[in-house]
Amino acid sequence: MTTDQKHTSADGELTGSEILLRCLIEEKVEFIFGYPGGAVLPIYDSLYYGSIKHILYRHEQGAIHAADGYARATGKPGVVIATSGPGATNLVTGIATAQMDSIPLVCITGNVPQNLIGTDAFQEADITGITMPITKHSYLVQDVRDLPRVVKEAFHIASTGRPGPVLIDIPKDVSNAKAPFSYPETVFIRGYQPTTNPHPLQIEKLHQAIAESKRPLILAGGGVVTSGADQELIAFAERAKIPVTTTLMGIGGFPGTHPLWLGMPGMHGTVAANRALLECDLLIGIGARFDDRVTMGRIDKFATSAKIVHIDIDPAEIGKNVDTYIPIVGDVKRVLEVALQDLPVSQSEAWLQNLKDLKQQYPLTFKQSDNTLKPQWVIQHLYETTGGDAIVTTDVGQHQMWVAQYFHFSRPRSFISSGGLGTMGFGFPAAIGAQLAYPDRTVISVTGDGGFQMTAQELAVVALANIPVKVAIINNQCLGMVRQWQEVFYQRRYSEVDLSGSPDFVKLAEAYGVKGMRACTQEEARQAWREALDHPGPVVIDFQVDPEENVYPMVAPGAGLDEMMLGDEKP
Amino acid sequence: MRHIISILVNNQPRVLARVASLFGRRNFNIESISVGESEEPGLSRIVIVTHGDARTMEQVSKHLHKLIDVIKVQDLSIQQSVARELLLVKVGATASNRAEIQGIIEPFRASVVDVGINSLMIQATGDREKLDALIELLRPYGIKELARTGITALPRSMQIQPKAHMHA
Repeated sequence: MTTDQKHTSADGELTGSEILLRCLIEEKVEFIFGYPGGAVLPIYDSLYYGSIKHILYRHEQGAIHAADGYARATGKPGVVIATSGPGATNLVTGIATAQMDSIPLVCITGNVPQNLIGTDAFQEADITGITMPITKHSYLVQDVRDLPRVVKEAFHIASTGRPGPVLIDIPKDVSNAKAPFSYPETVFIRGYQPTTNPHPLQIEKLHQAIAESKRPLILAGGGVVTSGADQELIAFAERAKIPVTTTLMGIGGFPGTHPLWLGMPGMHGTVAANRALLECDLLIGIGARFDDRVTMGRIDKFATSAKIVHIDIDPAEIGKNVDTYIPIVGDVKRVLEVALQDLPVSQSEAWLQNLKDLKQQYPLTFKQSDNTLKPQWVIQHLYETTGGDAIVTTDVGQHQMWVAQYFHFSRPRSFISSGGLGTMGFGFPAAIGAQLAYPDRTVISVTGDGGFQMTAQELAVVALANIPVKVAIINNQCLGMVRQWQEVFYQRRYSEVDLSGSPDFVKLAEAYGVKGMRACTQEEARQAWREALDHPGPVVIDFQVDPEENVYPMVAPGAGLDEMMLGDEKP
Repeated sequence: MRHIISILVNNQPRVLARVASLFGRRNFNIESISVGESEEPGLSRIVIVTHGDARTMEQVSKHLHKLIDVIKVQDLSIQQSVARELLLVKVGATASNRAEIQGIIEPFRASVVDVGINSLMIQATGDREKLDALIELLRPYGIKELARTGITALPRSMQIQPKAHMHA
């Protein structure tokens, strides 16, 4: 088909792929993260003339994590396109990652023409079926005339209520078929009407519980970040005089420098946060889902003397993991706005003093060393030199916990990490997405030597487009967190955690045309990091750290929060 | 406790798969499932029999409501309702005991719907206990084949002691 035919159709009709692009423009999509292939050829042909910027990744997993990073940094849905079969199945980890952390994504996959669906045709996969348990919703478009409504609904579903990934699977014949274009202005989905406003009676009960409480605590989760409720949370905590602990997903939702902040709770939480959870008489969960990394799955030992208030937009989260005394369904920002009116003050003076003492008595510490580089020191150094404003992305593991512990984020959407699924290979591509959204902010991808090797091929993308992501590899030459567990729970039987054979990361970076540096001492680290910040393009720094270092405090799985291992750390 | 959950859904491809896979994924058990058209064009009614305590049922209901294609969820076992299933059973029968079998099924208001040289096919409807009882009575004659539809159900119009819906 030639350009002229496409753009001067006598009947005023557009092809499915052109309709799709027009829909994405209507949705004000800035970037498409993707990878072409046979079943999406018509879509890529339409993109050729389009105004939306497409970024070509080297693997679909890189593309979807980048779309995810963009979504987490901006709050807007990320858009990813992949072809049928292997293209689509390569998205699966990214879709599951977004689903677990409630991230708005619109995932567009091509499929084989409808007359071939179900025949095990070349590059055919039942992606709608495969992703059913890990999407918020999905569509298989069977008629080109449905496409505008489907796209409109997909963006609406992905970004409202509890956000999540929505899949649109488009057979090739639908992309090629023609129809007149008109984009619907409104959405009505009968089975989907999220509750945003809280029930006034429940707010009254919350107020009463606060007025009566002597040891109140806020457990703030990712919902605070998602709904943009950080200012309301600060006002709420300050006025009611309630200390705050932020879950991994809630980091940045409350300033890490605020006097009421206790740090992160749970498995690698601070002593102050975990003691507060054990001893509080009122626990207000705000957009937090009481995950087993916080409760340790030991509900019998979790906040046993507390009345639990649970504020969440998803009614299914309330009562799922812990019994709730006051359930409040609604958008977190809206709930806090309403709750702030006539908010009482708790009787928490003694409690706050007690927690302040605990914070001083049990700060997060690590042993300094003259001849080895400590990973915690590296994170602290990144924090001190960039302040709490940098965007930091991570994978999963020790480096992730050290960022959560030692980088005190001052604003939301700055800590971008795979919380729920714990996806290795997430951080680096996510940093690319975040940097595209905010070209002027410092974006640091803190990663492990294991995770980085899962998506390192995306160095090509940062090199080609000169995307100035700073990659800080916390290189302990092993799978650190797995090694830590084997040390503590498997009597040091280090089974398959040695990552010897990894490439020289400096040379790897250079092979892609990216500046690479190595640091083995504090002085080298300071120097390399200074150079990295001054360098206008992407940088990879291989921080060779003490391979024996462990993350403390630690609570063993199955133990209660009262059984914290503190290590023998002294500053 | 045994629960009969009635779910009104959009009649879209894969909706049954979404509902069934939700049960599997969340580790909820399905004892029987039946689906068919509802009173409204474009909507189907899925009836699922499951087991669980009140907490599990609350979770079942909330998670079903999260599915975009689910319009309404009711627990019919906490209100007065009519629940029926259809049984087709083929039993061994000879010329000499046909009348005897006829006598057994008559109080069940079951009927013979097919006659073979050595067998009879019997159709019966009712609640599960009634059909279980009928099967036990027919067992001595030799059950050759058997199929049950699973429960379908509707709430009664007159609720003598109405109880609240789960999450209407």
